[in-house]
Amino acid sequence: MITYEWLYWLAGAFFAIWALLSLRDGRLGNAAFWGLLAGSFFLGTHLSDFANGVLVLALVAIAGFGGLKRSEPATTTLEERGALSLKLGNRLFVPALIVPVTAVAGTLLYNYTPLSETGLFEARRETLILFGVGVVIALIAAMLWLRPPALAPAEEGRRLLDSIGWAAILPQMLAALGAVFALAGVGEIIGGAAQSAIPEGSVFLTVVVFALGMALFTIIMGNAFAAFPVMAAAIGIPLLVETYDGNPAVIGAVGMLAGFCGTLLTPMAANFNIVPAALLELKDQNGVIRQQIGTAIPLWMCNVVIIYVGAFLLWS
Amino acid sequence: MNEAEVATNYWPLLGIVLVVIGFALRFNPLMVVVGAALATGLLAGFDLGAVIEALGKAFNDNRYISVTWIILPVIGLLERYGLQQRARGLIEGVRGATMGKLLTIYLGFRQITAALGMKDIGGHPQAVRPLVAPMAEAAAEKSHGELSDENREKVLAMSAATDNVGLFFGEDIFFAIASILLIQGVFESYGYPLTPLELSVWAIPTAICAFIIHGWRINALDRRLAKVRVQPGREDAA
Repeated sequence: MITYEWLYWLAGAFFAIWALLSLRDGRLGNAAFWGLLAGSFFLGTHLSDFANGVLVLALVAIAGFGGLKRSEPATTTLEERGALSLKLGNRLFVPALIVPVTAVAGTLLYNYTPLSETGLFEARRETLILFGVGVVIALIAAMLWLRPPALAPAEEGRRLLDSIGWAAILPQMLAALGAVFALAGVGEIIGGAAQSAIPEGSVFLTVVVFALGMALFTIIMGNAFAAFPVMAAAIGIPLLVETYDGNPAVIGAVGMLAGFCGTLLTPMAANFNIVPAALLELKDQNGVIRQQIGTAIPLWMCNVVIIYVGAFLLWS
Repeated sequence: MNEAEVATNYWPLLGIVLVVIGFALRFNPLMVVVGAALATGLLAGFDLGAVIEALGKAFNDNRYISVTWIILPVIGLLERYGLQQRARGLIEGVRGATMGKLLTIYLGFRQITAALGMKDIGGHPQAVRPLVAPMAEAAAEKSHGELSDENREKVLAMSAATDNVGLFFGEDIFFAIASILLIQGVFESYGYPLTPLELSVWAIPTAICAFIIHGWRINALDRRLAKVRVQPGREDAA
C-alpha cells in the first residue's frame, strides 16, 4: 500500500537536494533550514515527539535570527525567456496542467472504479499521493521536452523556494499551533463564551458568528490561516458540526473563505494590501483596501449563505 | 480534558493575544507562532517538556501540508522557458478592450490559473505593476480621456484588488494548497477525516460569487469614470 510515508520520502529527497545546493552556494543558514526539514520528512516518523519538538525549535531559531537568504541560481535572461515563450507558445502550460489533471482524474478513477478495492493507496490519502505522482510525471515530461541542464529543475525550484523562505513552513506551523490550542482547551474557552452569546438553537446565527469570527480574527492577525484553528475549535467543530450536525467539509472550506474576505480588509496582510500600494506608488497606503471593501462585504455575506445552505439545508 | 477545570482557566487565551501582538510588531511569524504555542501550553498547566512534545508531534503529524512545495521545480523549470511571458502574452491579447473588460478577463484568468495550481502566474511585482495596472490605466484613458489623479489611483488600486480577489477565490479550488490541507489537518485532529477534494469543490460557489461581485464592481468603476468626465479633455476622446 502506498502511504504518506512514500510522499514524505519524495519531499525529503527534494529538500535534501535543496539543502546540498545551498551548501555548495555557501548559504549555510538555508542549508541548515532545508536540511532539517528534509530530516523531518525522512525521520520524523521514527523520532520521539520531543526530538521532533527540538527540531521545530531549531527551524524557528534559524528563521528567527535571519539565517535564511534569497538565492540567485543561474537561469535564463528575460530576453531569452521572451524568445522561448514565443517559440514554445501555449504548450508551456501543458506540463503545469499535468499535475492537477493527474491528481483529480486519478482520484476519480480510483474512487469510482473497482481500483479502490485493491487498496493501492492509504485511505483518503490518494489525492495528495497522486499529486506527488503528477509532479514526477510533469518533471519527466518537461525534462524530455525541454532538455534543460540536469540540475536546472532543482536550481529553479530552489530559486522559488528561497524567495518564499521561512514562510514555506508557516501553514504547517500554524496547524501545529492549532493542535496545541486544542490540547490547552482554547477552543472550549472561546466556544463557551460564544455559546453564551449565541441564542441556543439558532443555526443561522451560529453560522453568522462563526463567519464573523473568521473575518475579524483574520483582520486582527492579518492571516486567515492563523484564525482558522481558533474559530474551528471554538465554534466550527463543537457547535456547527457536533451540536447542529452540519457538513464538516462545507464548514471548513467556506469558513476559511470567510476569513479570506477579512484578508481583503486588513493592512496587516501587508503582502497583498500594502506592498502593491507601494509598488504602484499610490498616495493612499490603504488605496487597495478601499477598492476591496465593496467586494469583501457582499462576498462575506455570500459565504454565510453558502455555509447555511450547503452545510445544513442541503445536508440534512 | 477536564471541562470543569478549563472553564475556569482563561489564561491560555493569552496565547492568542501574543499572536496578535507579535504579528502587529512584525516579529518573525514563525517565532510568534511557536512562542504563542509554548505560552499557551505552559499557561494551561503543562510542563515545558510536555509542550515541546505536543508541538513536535503536531508539527510531525502535519508534514503533508509542506509536501506541496515539490511542485516548485516544475513551475520554476517552465518559468525558465518563458511561462510568465506566455501568460503575459495571453493577457496582452486583449489589448484594446475597455478597462472594465480587461480587468474582468484578468479576474477570470487569475481565478482559473490559481484553481489549476499556477498561483504564481500573477502577483503584484510580477504582473500587476508591469502589466495589468498600466494596461488598465491606458484602457481607461482611451475611453474616458485623461484621468484626474484621484481616478487614476482608483484604477491602479482596482487592478491590484483584482489580482487579490482572483487569487484568494481561485486558489482554494486547487486541492494541493496549504489552506485546504490546513483545514484537513485541523478537522482531522478533532476526529473528522476529510479529503482535499471534498474541501476544494466547496470553494467553487464562493469563486463564482467573487467573479460576479467583483466583475460587477470593476464595470461599475468604469461606468463612474465615464460619468465624471467633465474636464475639457482631448477631442478624440469625446
